[in-house]
Amino acid sequence: MAVESATIKSNGHEPSYLEYKGKHTGLLGWILSTDHKRIGILYLVSLSIFFLVGVTFGVLMRLELIAPGETIMDAQTYNSIFTLHGVIMIFLFVVPGLPAVFGNFVLPILIGAKDVAFPRINLMSWYMYVIGGLLAVVSILLPGGPADTGWTFYIPYSVRTNTNVMLALFAAFTLGFSSILTGLNFVTTVHRLRAPGMTWFKMPLSVWSLYSTAWVQVLATPIIGITLLLVAIERWLGVGIFDPALGGDPILYQHLFWIYSHPAVYIMILPAMGVVSEIIPVFSRRTIFGYKFIAFSSVAIALFGSLVWAHHMFTVGMSNTGQFIFSLLTMLVAIPSAIKVFNWVATLYKGSIELATPMLFVLAFIFLFTIGGLTGVMQGILTVDIQVHDTYFIVAHFHYVMFGGTGFGFFAALHYWFPKMFGRMYNRKLAKVAFWFLFVGFNVLYFPMFIMGWLGMPRRYYDYLPEFEPYQFLSTIGSWILVTGLLMMIYNLYHSVKKGEVVTEKNIWGGETLEWQIDTPPIHENFLDIPKIETDPYQYKGNEEVLEKEEVS
Amino acid sequence: MSSTEHTVDAHVHRDDVGSRMGMWLFLFTELLLFGGMFLIYSVYRFEYPEAFHLAAKELNTIMGAFNTAVLLTSSMTMALSIVAIQRNQKTLSIIMQLITIFLAIFFLVNKYFEWTAKFHHGIYPGSEELLSKGSGEILFFGLYYVMTGLHGLHVIVGMFLIAVMTRMTRREIITKDNYVRLENAGLYWHLVDIIWIFLFPLFYLIA
Repeated sequence: MAVESATIKSNGHEPSYLEYKGKHTGLLGWILSTDHKRIGILYLVSLSIFFLVGVTFGVLMRLELIAPGETIMDAQTYNSIFTLHGVIMIFLFVVPGLPAVFGNFVLPILIGAKDVAFPRINLMSWYMYVIGGLLAVVSILLPGGPADTGWTFYIPYSVRTNTNVMLALFAAFTLGFSSILTGLNFVTTVHRLRAPGMTWFKMPLSVWSLYSTAWVQVLATPIIGITLLLVAIERWLGVGIFDPALGGDPILYQHLFWIYSHPAVYIMILPAMGVVSEIIPVFSRRTIFGYKFIAFSSVAIALFGSLVWAHHMFTVGMSNTGQFIFSLLTMLVAIPSAIKVFNWVATLYKGSIELATPMLFVLAFIFLFTIGGLTGVMQGILTVDIQVHDTYFIVAHFHYVMFGGTGFGFFAALHYWFPKMFGRMYNRKLAKVAFWFLFVGFNVLYFPMFIMGWLGMPRRYYDYLPEFEPYQFLSTIGSWILVTGLLMMIYNLYHSVKKGEVVTEKNIWGGETLEWQIDTPPIHENFLDIPKIETDPYQYKGNEEVLEKEEVS
Repeated sequence: MSSTEHTVDAHVHRDDVGSRMGMWLFLFTELLLFGGMFLIYSVYRFEYPEAFHLAAKELNTIMGAFNTAVLLTSSMTMALSIVAIQRNQKTLSIIMQLITIFLAIFFLVNKYFEWTAKFHHGIYPGSEELLSKGSGEILFFGLYYVMTGLHGLHVIVGMFLIAVMTRMTRREIITKDNYVRLENAGLYWHLVDIIWIFLFPLFYLIA
């Protein structure tokens, strides 16, 4: 982004946000800081811890499934483990993931602001996140045992089971509140704190996607909040609301649950799409293709994505008209997603592509997300859905979208902004090796699930018929490869925070957005003076001219 | 929670439009929170129209109407307190805020008597009396307690919020030139009011 170079000053004396000394020092200087960058790091650390807990549960599940019958745990434990894996991964990792960590860290910088609109509310949302996470963890340790309802808390089982469902419900409720506060903050920040000259269409694309996400966070989350609260009240006081024994309607619960939880899928994927739009131009040295289309497709996804929830419920009994409408809308949602993919690929075309680690993750994202997305369209088809409903096909689909999409997008963002965040570089070679382990492991783990699901293997079962054994075995092997890659990546990054090669260069990747024009790591208030924005983001004129000449000759 | 040195420009630099925008976004979330319950209400009323009609007869319309009047008046005094501070009449503004709090307490006391009267008749969640009735009535009273209860919780939060505002007005943190906090508290109070405006006919007037 071309900015008057004089406006972005750095005198070199200003301490970075990592060294900055406020009223508090040491740990207090972090957990009481309202600096959006420090809050981003706080989120990164806490998120990683919960992510590892979720991964552990996932690996244990896979280990149980390596052979038919009881392998390492009984059925009840398995039920609890898949519930915890779901609750932790959804509410503590993928939903907050990109917005809370990278949204916090880069959003204000990308729009040329010194912080978010409400810095103290921002810190409060982190505390709510931690409290919610602790509630989820405490539910494991207390007598009664962890919830065994699955992350969906379907009625009537969730009011009947004797496990600690209450704690899990309150955990999800608190995390929802945290998510709302982040969304509220980002919407206001984007409206109020853009630097002079940064019009809506000069905003980097990840700002567009974070902005759309923030609206979904604000508007959809209260519905799950009240729904879970009602389940809690029903359990606690026996008030008749959803329980069929008291005249309630369990399908109404499912509708309300998915009215949030489907848009939540877009809360998860949209920011990852933003990261992809950010990284592709930088590593192919090309101006992004179809800026406005990508920007509007984010808004379109947020809009359409809010109207498709009942496709999770095609088999529960719904009118044919209802099924038809929801099926149609589901397929329509695929259009803006496809627009993005086409524009990314068009940006890559004739670019001078550099396969740095962030770019590898982004390319993997496009590949995996396309598989996940297209199988999603398949499930939107009514007849197919009845065949694959509640099978491993669904499990494979959403892991391709959520892990292959959001997860890989998260890793891409992590490798892209890491040098800016810490002023150090990770071991590039090890990062690439880790990437290949992750990519191969991912496919070996989840692809067999598509086949098993198609053959009729139901999800959430702790045992299976002998004919599924080879696939289950292969899938478990995949989980080991994946975890090896994860451990390599985490070791590499963790080690590099303290001991990595020092980076002082402002613009290590050759990016054009504002975060690459300020100090590495950024100073406490990002900019000494608020920059004036004059041109569009992603200007790779030099490269474009070379291309044009080639075309002519 | 934060230190003054740690705060950045966004703190020092005042943005009333931004604060108001944040408040409105928060109100949207509140509306959707109650919206979920109104949705449940409409589905069940559609399913059991007659049971809802019968159950509503058990509610005391006069008390409900009285409480509606109390809340509407409190919204007016809240608005007056903002007008007063805009005109730099600090004492008047404080008096108006105190009246608002008083009316809120009045509302809650009224509500308390209403609820306990129901309890005496044996109508409360899980009671034998209630469980002996049909599904529609169980659902009606379930929703009645949950929705008015959650609304009552909002009244309590609003009272505390206004009490904090009163303190701030007294200490001249809220002044003629800087009253966006009071305005936001007012917005919240009007939301509490408007939700009641919908609860009242849906529960009391369908008999």
